[in-house]
Amino acid sequence: MEHPGCAEKTCFHCALPVPPGAHYQVIIEDVPREMCCRGCQAVAQTIVDNGLADYYRHRTAMPGAGHEVVPEELQKLALYDHPGIQKSFVRQEGEHVKEASLILEGITCAACIWLNERHLKQLRGVLQVQVNYANHRARITWDDQVIQLSKILEEIQLLGYNAHPFSAERQENLRRQRRAKDLRRIAIAGLSAGQVMMLAVALYAGAAFGMEDSTAALLRYLSLLLTLPVVFYAALPFYQSAWHALLGRRLNMDVPVSLAVISAFAGSVWATFQGQGVVYYDAITMFSLFLLSSRLLERSAQEKSVEAAENLLKLAPAMAIRVVDDQHLPVLVLELNEGDTILAKPGESIAADAEVIEGRSTVDEALLTGESRPVPKSPGAAVIAGSINLEGPLLLRVTGVGENTVLAGIVRLLDRAVAEKPRLAQLADRVAGHFTVILLILTVLVGAAWWWVEPGRAFETVLAVLVVTCPCALSLAAPTAFAAAGSHLLRHGILLTRGHGLETLAKVNHVVFDKTGTLTYGKPVLQRTIQLAELDENRCMALAASLEKTSEHPLAQSFLVRVARPELVPVQEAQNLPGKGVSGIIGGVRYTLGSSALSGLPAAALPGELPAGSTLVWLCDERRALAVFVLSDSLRPQARELVARLKAAEVRVSMLSGDAEDAVSHVAAEAGIEAWQAALRPEDKLNALRELQRRGNVVAMVGDGINDAPVLAGADVSIAMGGGTQVARASSDIVLLTENLLDIQLALQTGHASMAVMRQNFAWAIVYNVLALPFAALGMVPPWLAAIGMSASSLVVVMNALRLR
Amino acid sequence: MTAILIYLLGMALVMVIVAGIGIFWAIKSGQFEDLEGPAQRILMDDDDPRIPRYSDSRSNR
Repeated sequence: MEHPGCAEKTCFHCALPVPPGAHYQVIIEDVPREMCCRGCQAVAQTIVDNGLADYYRHRTAMPGAGHEVVPEELQKLALYDHPGIQKSFVRQEGEHVKEASLILEGITCAACIWLNERHLKQLRGVLQVQVNYANHRARITWDDQVIQLSKILEEIQLLGYNAHPFSAERQENLRRQRRAKDLRRIAIAGLSAGQVMMLAVALYAGAAFGMEDSTAALLRYLSLLLTLPVVFYAALPFYQSAWHALLGRRLNMDVPVSLAVISAFAGSVWATFQGQGVVYYDAITMFSLFLLSSRLLERSAQEKSVEAAENLLKLAPAMAIRVVDDQHLPVLVLELNEGDTILAKPGESIAADAEVIEGRSTVDEALLTGESRPVPKSPGAAVIAGSINLEGPLLLRVTGVGENTVLAGIVRLLDRAVAEKPRLAQLADRVAGHFTVILLILTVLVGAAWWWVEPGRAFETVLAVLVVTCPCALSLAAPTAFAAAGSHLLRHGILLTRGHGLETLAKVNHVVFDKTGTLTYGKPVLQRTIQLAELDENRCMALAASLEKTSEHPLAQSFLVRVARPELVPVQEAQNLPGKGVSGIIGGVRYTLGSSALSGLPAAALPGELPAGSTLVWLCDERRALAVFVLSDSLRPQARELVARLKAAEVRVSMLSGDAEDAVSHVAAEAGIEAWQAALRPEDKLNALRELQRRGNVVAMVGDGINDAPVLAGADVSIAMGGGTQVARASSDIVLLTENLLDIQLALQTGHASMAVMRQNFAWAIVYNVLALPFAALGMVPPWLAAIGMSASSLVVVMNALRLR
Repeated sequence: MTAILIYLLGMALVMVIVAGIGIFWAIKSGQFEDLEGPAQRILMDDDDPRIPRYSDSRSNR
């Protein structure tokens, strides 16, 4: 169907432009639709043939481009039927019933889930399909006698999605079980609390207006019955934690909590059997319910940040294609060794850290860095396990597997950051510990005082004091804020590798930059093109890129990234002239690209001034020079804005560089940095840094992570540009995975925000406890109100921390 | 008075137990694992069309 008003046709399936001359049609709901490629056509046809065309009406986001569905791609899936391979991710449910946990790639909206679930359920032998919208995980149960796993995977692929096994399943299972257990405890506490509260109202009313003793006794016994599961099941984690603390001769907040629950229960049971005195079943159940709920909230906030790390590990595929004597053999990634040659097909994720031997392609490292710009790779370049090969097949030599991959390194760094408690959190723990001691002493004093004044109310008051002053909010204040801020940063590609990072960031008032590789790219980038003949700039660029296509010189990349693949023209007799440049015949004309001496032509005069330290590359045909490309190491585009923003935030900025003075002053002027020093050795840099610190500055050092290691270590907080493969080696507190300089500003902001939230949390927790204690001690707070107050204060703290995300 | 009270309280107890079993079942069957998806899923109108199509007859085979 032609749309007269629409100049450019877009693919109905994936919304990419339809290339001119392409003719792939699918009739969807009686309307023929144009597709951009055979892949999209096949996917769309599968969707329509299975009566799932509704997908197109309901989708809210476009899927990825249809993958070319090639037979050998499907062949590899057959390997997943092998029992040995299935062992790691398939569970035997019944005699022939199996359950697998899969990661679905390509889920962009809720319609995708519907599509997958509907389609797979239609298959004979598939018993159950569940796709989780939040983490894109699918759990599929099937009958082994009727259908094979490879067939299911194939069907998913035919829909245009990619399913692969999820091997971290055991860990996931553990987490699921723990969450289920927590939920069960909360359910028990909630149900009991509701019933007990109802009975408590009746008892209070009875106390006020008179009630037969036998009825009151009945209500009390029933309350006791309903409280039993709370005290003996739901509240178990409190006792366990308190017991562990006591064994280690420590006090934690669960000690007063357990004391309160057990003594209140004991007192109430005694009162129930005696038939006189006050019962506190309502307070016990409510207290447990609220406390359990706020703990669950806190834990899920923290698990979010752990999950981010685990999702990284899941990026690595389970299968790879090993190339031995030109034979392609699918093998498990676990069986790969360093030095093996593997093939990465376009659209697949790369199985191990490796070096490109053959082929040219772009690679998506977005899941690692958060940035979706494809990174060009040519022979000699390093690729990272888990990144996705986008364009052409790459032949790779494995340089790192398993624990030795960059991916594993990042996860280790993350683990370290999580394991290290920030100073403030340590302080909070200590304060909470002291607070508990003071609280227990105070409770005894208050109890003694009441015992002396009015023994009948002593027990009630002691309970209220124990409950209302529980330092839960105090202990939650720091960890929740850190967890929320950490996962916020990671989502933006900022990796926090040390626990104290955020805390120090908030205090930073001076940022020191290195020049090369930090404020600049650290490699030559095409600055401008000077035309010397009538050929236009794009044509010159296309010619240069085509000539450089076969070159391995680092300069070649700066041309290739500028030109789209289809624009490249075929080159005959391509020649690499090491140290000089390249030459080749295009359309019958011999072109050369390289130094001015290469063509043998007299150097043409160059108009205008050229920036210092730039490299000139000449494009010449047989008779004359056509163009000159000016390349130099340029300032990153965000550098200027970052400096301006930092200054606006009243953070001083300076630059320390080992380069020559004129190059440094040029970059400093361009970035807007007034304070700079050039020609420094690493120890000079360190001294300059120390001098700044001596003058009372809290200094953040931004470097490229490897060359600057000693200087970085000397700074209060160090930030490394960690793009690509250096991440794991970076010895800094914070790594910018995206290499986007503005992230520094974001990190500083997040540091300030998390400190602000933490201060609010501490202030709230302390004010609450200090205010509530006298009222409770004076017997003005009944135990049930104490329970509400304590839980509300913890909830406020958790909610406040979640604002950071 | 007490007899009807015992009866009603007994009923409440039974209901609590039934509710508890219900919630335990819901937890076990994983209904608390994805709190976002179902909210989106309800918007999908996946009723089968009245006139059976080729694909429907195939899947019901």
